[in-house]
Amino acid sequence: MSPALTLVSLRQGVRRTLDRHGKWVIILPPMLFLLVFFLIPFLFAFKISFADSDISIPPFTKMFSTTADNHINITLGLDNYNRLFFSDDLYAASYLYSLRTAFFSTMICLLIGYPMAYAMSRAKKTTQNLLLLIIILPFWTSFLLRVYALESIIRENGLLNTALLWLGIIDHPLQIMRTTVAVYLGIIYSYLPFMILPLYATLEKLDNTLLEAASDLGRRPWRSFFEITLPLSLPGVIAGSMLVFIPAVGEFVIPQLLGGPNSLMIGRVLYDEFFSNHDWPMASAVAICFLVLLVGPIAIYQYYNVKQQEQ
Amino acid sequence: MSERPPLALFTFLCFGIAFLYVPIVVLMVYSFNASALVEIWGGFSTKWYGQLIHNSAILDAALLSLEIGVIASTGAVVLGTLAAIALVRFPVFRGRLLLTGMVNAPLVMPEIITGITQLLLFVSLAGMFTWAAHRGMTTIVIAHLAFCMSYVTITVQSRLQSADRALEEAAMDLGSGPVRAFVEITLPIIAPALASSWLLSFTVSIDDLVISQFVAGPGVSTLPMVVYSKVKLGVSPDVNALATIVVAIVGVAVCIAGWWMRRTEHQRVLDLQMAER
Repeated sequence: MSPALTLVSLRQGVRRTLDRHGKWVIILPPMLFLLVFFLIPFLFAFKISFADSDISIPPFTKMFSTTADNHINITLGLDNYNRLFFSDDLYAASYLYSLRTAFFSTMICLLIGYPMAYAMSRAKKTTQNLLLLIIILPFWTSFLLRVYALESIIRENGLLNTALLWLGIIDHPLQIMRTTVAVYLGIIYSYLPFMILPLYATLEKLDNTLLEAASDLGRRPWRSFFEITLPLSLPGVIAGSMLVFIPAVGEFVIPQLLGGPNSLMIGRVLYDEFFSNHDWPMASAVAICFLVLLVGPIAIYQYYNVKQQEQ
Repeated sequence: MSERPPLALFTFLCFGIAFLYVPIVVLMVYSFNASALVEIWGGFSTKWYGQLIHNSAILDAALLSLEIGVIASTGAVVLGTLAAIALVRFPVFRGRLLLTGMVNAPLVMPEIITGITQLLLFVSLAGMFTWAAHRGMTTIVIAHLAFCMSYVTITVQSRLQSADRALEEAAMDLGSGPVRAFVEITLPIIAPALASSWLLSFTVSIDDLVISQFVAGPGVSTLPMVVYSKVKLGVSPDVNALATIVVAIVGVAVCIAGWWMRRTEHQRVLDLQMAER
């Protein structure tokens, strides 16, 4: 073996050892952090969901306790789940209400966002960049301040009512605040950019020659839109809908600030259960169900979606 | 696509943008309103800004939020980049699926769930560690770090995937160690992704209300928490002034960041062309 070759194989040997064990230096820090501060909290929540609320610190009964004769006593209470599904319809009702509100707001966002993204993708390239900046800008500004800004438009003596009264379209102010309409407006206003951005990203990449070919072959623009553009932009439609639907279901700030006492979305119920009623076990049970019924299916769907795209 | 859009479509776009901007603009205009009532224009005044500067609750909260934002997003960039390197560079390792899942899950997790579970963790840990017992800045930083990481990993991941591995290998063949090769070759390539994901994490952290609300102990308030409690009570003109300042800062920052990233991207393309010659 020549010395040069030995050196190469020595270096390869060092690199191989580094590759084999050195990678854990990179993998372990993020892995451990997420395990401790993201995954394990769910296990705690799962455990606490079987407890009963109690006047103590922390405010719930212990799962493990020792009896007088040194036996370990495990208390598994299913009361919370029983209440959740059968005896108290507040939870089921607010869960369904949240799903419905999120679904319809997502649909409206799609109906408004699609034409906007489509128009953006057909503008001149320099205009496109400017439009993109305009759509992104609200996304960077504070969510809370934007909800507050909307409130100052739709409140009883806000700009909308003042304008409509002045124009003579209505003769007494519209009651929008503290209604379902306000919640819808809030969600659409806050999450519209989330719908537009992925839609624009797919529409912008769309191959124009397909549309030209269709038009050369005599297809009307409307038909080629439904037969070519829409199916090809479906990934953007799905991505945008997810980005609106998921935060909308768990939304707490919007129903709290804009909605009336009837807009009992699940996020609000959870919050009240936690901070007003101090029923942590019940809140945990609601959170775990929320996770299993909504986030689980979405996560599995995402996983297969990504896998499919990789292939 | 570059065909001219039909006029109707373009008008619709303008209305949509107006819908997004009118409330913010109105808020900014009213921040200069001398009258405290929304419906009355009492002349131009900057008194709400003066009031804002002297409101120590808001100032303290803003400082705390800034501090949390800087620490959390810096930590998130470090840990998130490590996770991205792990996922891109090591195709096979034990726990890869778990890491992928944990990186992506916070993005589909409603904030309120993350907030509750993390509070339960901190409460359960309080008996074991003293830092968890005093919920405050530390717990908020940890909670923010956990969900900001996802944004960083996803941004850096796509950048790393498109980075040319051959350059780094060439450097290693020329004798630099893997760490040095990474720092000198790959790091400059992914730098724009690091910068943009830091900015994104910072905005997400500084804007977060729900998770902070849960994990902050009594007596600790971030800026969104103070704003929320003010807004809940109704109109507060100093919040208008605050909003105007935030929008102005964000507007300038986004423009500068956009310009800088375009310039570095342009430079990178030029360098690549030079290298190919």
